Formats: sequence, C-alpha cells, structure tokens
Amino acid sequence: MSDPTIDPKISLRAVRKSFGDRQVLRDVSIDIFPSEVIAFVGSSGSGKSTLLRCVNLLEPVDDGVVLLDGVDISTPGLDADPIRRRIGMVFQSFNLFPHLSVLDNVALAPHRVAGLKRPAARERAERLLTRFGLADKTGAYPDQLSGGQQQRVAIARSLAMEPEVMLLDEITSALDPELVGEVLDVVRELKRQGMTMLLATHEMAFAREIADRVCLLHEGSILECSPPAQFFGSPREERTRQFLQRVIDSGRM
Amino acid sequence: MNATVPGMSDLPGTDASGLTRRQIFERRQRRRSIVVAALSTTVVIAAIVILVPMTPGWYRVRRSFFNGETFAETFPRLLDAFVLDLKIFAWCAPFILLWGLLLALARGVRTPALFPLRLFATAYTDVFRGVPVILTILLVGFGVPGLGLSRPWNSPYLWGSVALVLAYSAYVAEVFRAGIESVHESQRAAARSLGLSSGRTMRHVVLPQAIRRVVPPLMNDMVSLQKDVALISLIGPIEVLRQAGIDKSKFANFTPYLGAALLFILLTIPETRLVDHLQNRQRRRTGATAIR
Repeated sequence: MSDPTIDPKISLRAVRKSFGDRQVLRDVSIDIFPSEVIAFVGSSGSGKSTLLRCVNLLEPVDDGVVLLDGVDISTPGLDADPIRRRIGMVFQSFNLFPHLSVLDNVALAPHRVAGLKRPAARERAERLLTRFGLADKTGAYPDQLSGGQQQRVAIARSLAMEPEVMLLDEITSALDPELVGEVLDVVRELKRQGMTMLLATHEMAFAREIADRVCLLHEGSILECSPPAQFFGSPREERTRQFLQRVIDSGRM
Repeated sequence: MNATVPGMSDLPGTDASGLTRRQIFERRQRRRSIVVAALSTTVVIAAIVILVPMTPGWYRVRRSFFNGETFAETFPRLLDAFVLDLKIFAWCAPFILLWGLLLALARGVRTPALFPLRLFATAYTDVFRGVPVILTILLVGFGVPGLGLSRPWNSPYLWGSVALVLAYSAYVAEVFRAGIESVHESQRAAARSLGLSSGRTMRHVVLPQAIRRVVPPLMNDMVSLQKDVALISLIGPIEVLRQAGIDKSKFANFTPYLGAALLFILLTIPETRLVDHLQNRQRRRTGATAIR
C-alpha cells in the first residue's frame, strides 16, 4: 500500500486533540489509501473514536492537518458540511432519528442535503434498504427494530449520501453477540465494493479478516500499524503484544 | 413415559384457577387497596359533612356562597361572559406558542453577529418570568393606552392579550428550550455527519423530537393560561370574573364567584386529565414502569 504513484485518500499529519487537560490524540500521522480498510484497535479511551470524529470534523483538531484527496479539510473556519457529505459515519449507538420511519431516516439527507426530489430520495433509500435485507422494515420506526437491524439502517442512511469514505465507530459494540454477524456482513460487502473505511473496533477476529492494516492506538498515539498477519502473528511492539495478550486473556479472540 | 416430573407438584406454580402466585398476590393486594380507599374516603367526607355545619358561621356562609336562587339567576350571564375568556385564550395561545418557540431558538443562537438577539431573548425571559403576570397586565393594560392611542389601539382587550402573550411566552420559551436541550447530542452528531447544516439539523432532527417531548408541560402552561385570562378583568373587560363581581354586588351574595369557579373547573379538569394521560403515555413509550 505504499505505492508512490497512488495518492492517499485521507492523510493525518501530526494531529493533536485535547479535551481540557487530557490529551486524547498526540501527533497522530497516517496515510489511508483508496479502497483501503484500516482497523484501529486499542483499549477504551485510547483515542479511537476521537480520531474518527476528527476525520469528519465532528471534533475540530487542535493542531496538525487532516487531508482529504490532498486538500486540507482541517483549516479553522472551513464550512464542514460539504466535506461531511463525502465522509459517512456510523456510530456505536446507531443514533437513528426516532421520530422518522426507517425509510425517512435514510431518505432525509438525500432529500434535504443532496437536493433530490422526495420520490427520488425515497427510491434511493428503498434500494439501499432492500440491499441490506430490510425491504420489509421501511415503514417501521427505529424502536421497533432489533439492534442489528437498526445498525444496518444506520449504515444505509450513511451510504445514501454516496460517501467516498466510511468511518465505522465500534458499530458492533452495542449489539447482542448473535446480531453482530449481520452487521459485519454489510461491512464485508462494502469492502468488496472497494469502499475506503476506517473502523474503530473491539472485534479482533473481524479486524484480522477485513482490514488491510491494523493499527494499535495507545494513549493517543499510533504505536503500530501493520497488515493483520503481522499484527496478530508477530507484532513488532512490546505494547502490541501486551494488548493482544490482554485480549486473549479476556477471551475476546 | 410418565408425564409428571417427580417432585414437580411441590413447586410453586399455578393453582386450580390457573393464576400464578404473583397474580393471586396482586389480586388480593388490589382488593385490599380498593376497600381501604373506599373506607378512608367515606370517613373524610362524613367528617366534612358532619363537622362543617357545626361551625358557628356555617349558616351565613351557606346563605352567601351556596345560594341556589342567586346561582340560577346569575349562572347564564356568567356562561355568556365566560365565552370571552375562551376567546381571549383562543387568540393568545397560538401567539404564545409561536413567540415562545422563536425566543427559545433565539436563546440557542451561537453566531456572534446574532449575539444581540440572544441577549434580548435571555433578558426577555428573565424579566417576564420574574414579574408576576398580574403586574404585567396592569402595567401594559393601563400603561400603553395611556400613550393616548386612538381606537381601536387603546382597547383593553388588545393590551390585556398582549400582556398575557408577553408573560406566557417567557414560560413557554423555557419549556421549548428544555425540550431542545433534552435531545441528545448524538442526534445532532448523526445529522451533522450526513452533511445537514445546523439549521436543518434543528428543523428536521432536533425540533420534531423536542416538541413531542414538551407537549405535556406545554399543555400544563396552557391550563394555567386558561385561568389567568381572568386577570384581564382588572383592566376592564367584562369576562367571567368581572361579571361575577358585578353580580356579587348586585345580589350582595358571593354565589356568582362559585359559579365562575365551577366554569373554570369544568374546563380545566378535562384538560389536566388529558395532560396526565399524555404524560403517562410518554412514560410508557420510553419503557419505564411506574415504581410504587
């Protein structure tokens, strides 16, 4: 993935972020190439979520640069809305709009942001929902759905804006174990279609299967970033070994 | 094969009536509560009915407050006057809701250029929530027509209504603001991540949820408004309280006040029950069981 002829889709250069006195990201730098899938792993509070939120500007970075297709999107004062349209995000707690039907959850942004006429937006929403096996749920409301179904709707909602990059923030952490599979299937499909994805995850087996590179975040720094075979097989860093050992000890791998 | 499991009959299960232990317990509990409630109510009512007439002034009070003749004679007039209360309520309520919502939105404005707007909204709600409604009515109702405006701009109906709108919109604005703030930040994050601007996020994601949540407290304020319309009588309009006062003097009897009270109660009790119903429904929808 270090082909010099390919430009990175997203670059982080020495990104810093603090909440009060707590430094959450310390000089994080990484290039993510088109169609690459990066899995960020690390214990809670290591900065995984903040990193993703900084990429789509939900959190402004304190210092450093975020580049999308080589363009600095972290300039203070930049209008973030057109950039967010190009970057989809899916949250741990789904964050579906409870007052809207499943169909309208997905059709809202295409209609209100992308400017599609309502029928066209709904048609796009239906197509996406059908693709994720939710054709019979279009009229339902989010609280009538299982967690797995809600998360699939959330992914469809994000894809409805036809983003170039997807940020998946621990999207299976709030799910019952038996519902994790259906959501991961959707992510596998996205990977097959060549979607560039950044995921924060606790699912080591999944990270190993789907990621092109796995990155360990520790106290706000990327300690190691390597292909899964190496990351899980012969990690370079002592910290990575310790982290993997803890994961194995807790029976999560 | 034997269908009965050995020892199974010893376990607590369902009895002959097919009810579980808990259902039997709750049924007994329910019956007991009904009996206790009925008994205590009877005792209290009996005490009032027996003891109150034993007070030295009861005879006079009954004659001047519970006079059937005066009631029959004045009630139709009170009813007519009450229509004015309803009208004032009906034209004030929409303005209050709209103005209150605008104030709530103005208080949430973060653009520096619009800071004066925010300052105004904050000062406005502070002032009008701090001043008793009755004072606002007196000041606006007597003060503004005092500017020497010509008809119809000196009407006490107009300025009384304006005073009610001024006062109640401050309360309503706070209710809306609480509703807006109760919508979780993650909803905003989800909307913004889709590229919705902050305005559209407010309009399509936050407000619809906020308004749904504040319907019961808003209804509460509307019930209060319904009653406070009577305060306008102080600046002139002959609505039900004023009419009752006139009839009180005419008949030298307080029964008309009781009639007016009755009219308010007939209207507000169904309203409050509706609020309770809405609140319960909301609690059920959010999945919480009432803890006894």
